[in-house]
Amino acid sequence: MSALFQRLNAPFVRDMAGPGFAFLAVLIVFSLASPQFLSGATFGSVAFQLPELGLLTLAMLMPIITGGFNLAVTFTANMAGLTVAWILGANGGVDASPEVFALAVVAALGVGALAGFVMGLVIAFTRAHPILVSLSMMIFLRGLGEFLTRGGDVSGFPDFVHPIGHGSVLGIPVPMLVLLLCVAIWHIVLTRSRLGFGTYMIGSNIEATRYSGINTRRVVILVYTLSGIMCAVAGIIMMARFNSVRVGHGESYVLITVLACFLGGVHPDGGFGKALPVFVALIDLQMLSSGLNILGANQHLATAVWGLLLITVMICRWLVVRARTTFAHSRK
Amino acid sequence: MVKFFRTHGTESALLVVIAVISLVLSLATDRYFTVGNAFDLLNTSSVNIIFAVGLLVVLISGGIDISFAVAASVAQYGTALFVAWIGGGDWAIGLIVAGLIGIGLGCLNAALIQGFGIPSIVVSISTFNVFFGLLMFFTKGVSIYDLPDWLTEHIALYERQMSDGSWVEISLPVLVMVICVVATWTLVTRTTIGRQLYAFGDNPEGARRFGINIAAMRFIAFGWLGLMAGIAGLVQAHYAQEVVPNALYGREMDVLAAVVLGGARLGGGKGTVLGCVLGVMLTQITQNGLNLMGVSPFAFKMIVGAIILIAITLSNSRIERLLPFLRRQGV
Repeated sequence: MSALFQRLNAPFVRDMAGPGFAFLAVLIVFSLASPQFLSGATFGSVAFQLPELGLLTLAMLMPIITGGFNLAVTFTANMAGLTVAWILGANGGVDASPEVFALAVVAALGVGALAGFVMGLVIAFTRAHPILVSLSMMIFLRGLGEFLTRGGDVSGFPDFVHPIGHGSVLGIPVPMLVLLLCVAIWHIVLTRSRLGFGTYMIGSNIEATRYSGINTRRVVILVYTLSGIMCAVAGIIMMARFNSVRVGHGESYVLITVLACFLGGVHPDGGFGKALPVFVALIDLQMLSSGLNILGANQHLATAVWGLLLITVMICRWLVVRARTTFAHSRK
Repeated sequence: MVKFFRTHGTESALLVVIAVISLVLSLATDRYFTVGNAFDLLNTSSVNIIFAVGLLVVLISGGIDISFAVAASVAQYGTALFVAWIGGGDWAIGLIVAGLIGIGLGCLNAALIQGFGIPSIVVSISTFNVFFGLLMFFTKGVSIYDLPDWLTEHIALYERQMSDGSWVEISLPVLVMVICVVATWTLVTRTTIGRQLYAFGDNPEGARRFGINIAAMRFIAFGWLGLMAGIAGLVQAHYAQEVVPNALYGREMDVLAAVVLGGARLGGGKGTVLGCVLGVMLTQITQNGLNLMGVSPFAFKMIVGAIILIAITLSNSRIERLLPFLRRQGV
């Protein structure tokens, strides 16, 4: 038994336990409930739907590890998508050249970075609570977007944008490839870079981190700027997927990205959390949604079940911790 | 007066900002500085203020809740179904049912937080999705327009014809709002429970060692917010004359921003009812003023967001750095 608990305490297994267990549970329950579930079609739809939510969740992940939040993720993504749409629109619309598109993408990433940079600046220098700062940025960006578009859609993109949202390479959807690449980048940044080290340290204890000589303001600003850039990537993918940009697309994702992070084992106060378990947690959520869809339930029930899944995982974690302490006491 | 400014920094700052905005608006528009507009402001802010004072109690106790606005939708819908089922009802029954549903949902949050040691933000984001998802699933998104007369009948508590012939009035939501504000103020400043809530929010472990019943504090804070949410839901149904399951969706963020703007601290132990009301009023006055100045409604949110962003930047940078004369007085 003690060997088992030691194995459960090993870092990788511990991080993967919650989402991995949920993955198996979802897989087993739905395979029993519906013979259609274990099919290529299910995984195909998961692979197509996952990237939007996944990229936004990555954007949420780094701020949460620092003990903050970025509630502006979806509206930053919308603004980035609008930037692309306008630059394409101003340069020929459906006849725009790939060079213009490349320029538009760079500008969109710049817009995302700027939104994140401003938030990081305010959070780092005033020490206002990140929930409030990102919340007001969210309200501001939503208002700005609605003001500029009058609440309508912007569409009309060149044909070569279409494959970015709908194409496949070797059977894997392009948005999924983008997501996999971004997960890999986030994993490397968090585990192999000084920035990642600083991110975890700040989440654990920002004062101690500052005294130990890390420029905490710089780290916070960088984290939010990177988060903004990731939002922009999500915005571009969303634009290609829907073939239009609308302020409010993905609005309901804001709290779900937080939910996915917590489900992936990120500590709500910061300091702990990894990119890969969060990725697994995202697959859990999408599989649940697809599974319920096959059984004939609607998206709203899926949302409710996502909430229940998170509560269940948290209760299971509580039970495990309690069992572990009881076991430790009984050994003395 | 000077003492008030020293001890209530945020409230004073908000009062000054509201005064400046009001001055500018009364010079820029001829509609702002009228009794009618002031009453309109009160009528439209009522629901948000009821939500805000409820949320304040949870923030003081060191928790956070995202789910209250959708809990209010559940209470609203549930009450509408219940009174239709018993075939009528009245305000008393409506408030009791809505309040009980709200308290139940609030206590569910508290039970998950207390029983399993899950952080309140995790619990409330989960329950937000559970409440909203189930509400939309069971109602299929269908609105209720056929409400009992007592709920939809417009009640003016005070009305007067102005010299230009227009009618001004204060309606029922304002009375409910005032009762909720006074009750919350009494709870947090005039009772032992209030004192314990501040102590608990400021330092949970210290409060526990002092003999404060932590579980009771959590249930009181979240139950109170639930009660306020239930009442606000019913008042919103009265105000809008309809029950739309996703009408309050998203309201939690606006209320949270306004409450924290009013000086409540995410993290607990700090916040006043006055500041909370002023925070809501500031955002409402800004929207109202922009409206009167003929600014496009699409720009409202943008400007309100910018104001909150600037306000928190200023209020968190130390005031004395911005106002050097205060430093000499040792503030």
